[in-house]
Amino acid sequence: MAQRPPATPAESDLLRIDDQLSPDERLVRDTVRAYTAERVMPSIADWFEAGILPRELVPELGKLGLLGMHLTGYGCAGMGPVAYGVACRELEAADSGVRSMVSVQGSLAMYPIWRYGSDAQKEEWLPRMAAGEAVGCFGLTEPDHGSDPASMKTHAEPNGTGWVLSGSKMWITNGTIADIAVVWARTPDGIRGFLVPRGARGFTARAIHKKMSLRASVTAELHFDSVKLPADAMLPGVSGLKGPLSCLTEARFGIIWGVTGAGRSCLEAAIAYSRTREQFGQPIGGFQLTQSKLAWMAADLQRAQLLALHIGRLKEAGTLRPEQVSLAKMANVRTAIDLARQARTILGANGITLEYPVIRHANNLESVLTYEGTEEIHALAVGQALTGISAYR
Amino acid sequence: MNIVVCVKQVPDTWAERTLRPADSCLDRASVDGVINELDEYAIEEGLLQAEAHDGEVTILSMGPQKAAESIRKALSMGADKAVHLVDDGLAGSDALGTSLALSTVLARIGFDLVILGAEATDARMGVLPAMLAERLRVPQLSLARKVEIDGNTVTVHRLTEYGYDQVVASLPAVVSVVEKINEPRYPSFKGIMAAKKKPVETLSLADAGIDPAQVGLGAAATEVLSFAKRPPRQAGTIVKDEGDGGSKAAEFLAAQKFI
Ligand SMILES: Cc1cc2nc3c(=O)[nH]c(=O)nc-3n(C[C@H](O)[C@H](O)[C@H](O)COP(=O)(O)OP(=O)(O)OC[C@H]3O[C@@H](n4cnc5c(N)ncnc54)[C@H](O)[C@@H]3O)c2cc1C
Repeated sequence: MAQRPPATPAESDLLRIDDQLSPDERLVRDTVRAYTAERVMPSIADWFEAGILPRELVPELGKLGLLGMHLTGYGCAGMGPVAYGVACRELEAADSGVRSMVSVQGSLAMYPIWRYGSDAQKEEWLPRMAAGEAVGCFGLTEPDHGSDPASMKTHAEPNGTGWVLSGSKMWITNGTIADIAVVWARTPDGIRGFLVPRGARGFTARAIHKKMSLRASVTAELHFDSVKLPADAMLPGVSGLKGPLSCLTEARFGIIWGVTGAGRSCLEAAIAYSRTREQFGQPIGGFQLTQSKLAWMAADLQRAQLLALHIGRLKEAGTLRPEQVSLAKMANVRTAIDLARQARTILGANGITLEYPVIRHANNLESVLTYEGTEEIHALAVGQALTGISAYR
Repeated sequence: MNIVVCVKQVPDTWAERTLRPADSCLDRASVDGVINELDEYAIEEGLLQAEAHDGEVTILSMGPQKAAESIRKALSMGADKAVHLVDDGLAGSDALGTSLALSTVLARIGFDLVILGAEATDARMGVLPAMLAERLRVPQLSLARKVEIDGNTVTVHRLTEYGYDQVVASLPAVVSVVEKINEPRYPSFKGIMAAKKKPVETLSLADAGIDPAQVGLGAAATEVLSFAKRPPRQAGTIVKDEGDGGSKAAEFLAAQKFI
């Protein structure tokens, strides 16, 4: 409690956009902010440097209700999209790695089970995943198939009453700590989702090292060497690429909000630094060039926040379309990267150390730019919506 | 067991706080309100005691409409229901008026145990627990860092300048707590959702049967005669160590009567 941050909206929120939040949404904001101030902020630089995210955070996130918070039943809190967005924002203001953990668990692993799973699959996994007792991961990307998942090689062949799964997946968040992997594979009747438990014979996960981005997050390679699965390992409710794509639309929604948290953290670090750092006999925040940078950063951040809120209200209304998500993911990630970069210049040499959050956010955002659909692929989706011409599929 | 936790909404302790020139009252409108920090410990203690003794926790808050947000947070943490005493006539109440109003409501709703923070971060008077106990004619156990309930008796442990106290009283009683007592929980998201359905009774002065002439700024027995901004921090004295640094530091401490 000692480290409780101000409940007052951030000083960078000149437009008081947070006043648009409902009391519940504000309570979610304050709770996540207080939690990260106490549990994440004191150690995040060390975790980032060591390249770890402590597993014991997961049950804590579960206890707060963050895991699958936008789902209903099975121990999930059943909150609205804006509350989910605000939670992602506050998590990512701490670190994109922590937000990724929560996004993958809730939107990429729990969501497909919740939406497409059988009652037995839901009963078995969702309550434990909501509580953070079981961790999930989402395997879509392959070593040779990233932006074009439709050409994936991983496949499952019918075998007696069950399946045999073969292939590999790459860049899988939570991969080595997951108790359950949601794996998308080609089958004789199209792409289907499979629940592969940790320890299944022939299933191995190996951590990917030497990352310079999203270091406080586990990224892994999954291998399936003729893994025998029972018939009920398959998600019965969906076939085709729309299964994984619908999950990604959920998770991208969290990114649209999340990156505004990372951007805010950078702007606030820059403001604070510019007030106290003196050169040429005065605080650098008193120089017009610095103020111009800060002013544009604030304007860009607030536009991104308005965009996130708008997308949130569209989702609430049930009218949110994938190209709207693409536009906002693309635009807000780019804004956050620009903010991080500009903030870095204001911090001078201190801008490259982990003593300040800026370079950590800047590096993390490079992953966020690429995962859940690269900037280019989202531009193609927006371009298609605008012109009616598909440039890529 | 019927536990009532008194909760005050105070201006965010991180924000700049100012008094209004017109009536010398704290300007509450311009800053966000939060639950008084010690009251969060009181809520946590109420919840822990209720969990241990099959009790029920009622939140009692006197404050403007805005205090409803703090009440909601307390309910999200797990309290069962709330009573919100809200009336324009209460604005500007001093400790006497506040204790009168709260004790009237407490007598009305009934209680086995009243828990509250030892002081509020805005006024920092720290007299409310004593005044409530006195008006309710029940024992007051102050500054608790640990509370034990056994049947009809309540024991509190407190740390004083001269050692440890253990104070025992019979219920019903008023207990004030300090931050050593526990670690307040965060409101869980399920708690936030559940709080929407929890009953909050809103009472006006008339509903509560409180005489408007005895509360509010007009009835205050204390008056703020003048106030001034805190002077800016003075630059510290720098003592250069020329081999006599130790004795110079000692001289300074002696001059400030620290040693
Ligand atoms: C830290 C991290 C975590 C991840 N977590 C997961 C996870 O949990 N689960 C999962 O399944 N995946 C995960 N990914 C993978 C991520 O989704 C992919 O990296 C992403 O989809 C891009 O695929 P790729 O890396 O193979 O790049 P490629 O698809 O090879 O793209 C390379 C470049 O070519 C561009 N390009 C490709 N096609 C076109 C086109 N038609 N027109 C124009 N440009 C094009 C791309 O935009 C990109 O700039 C993660 C990635 C990272 C970095």
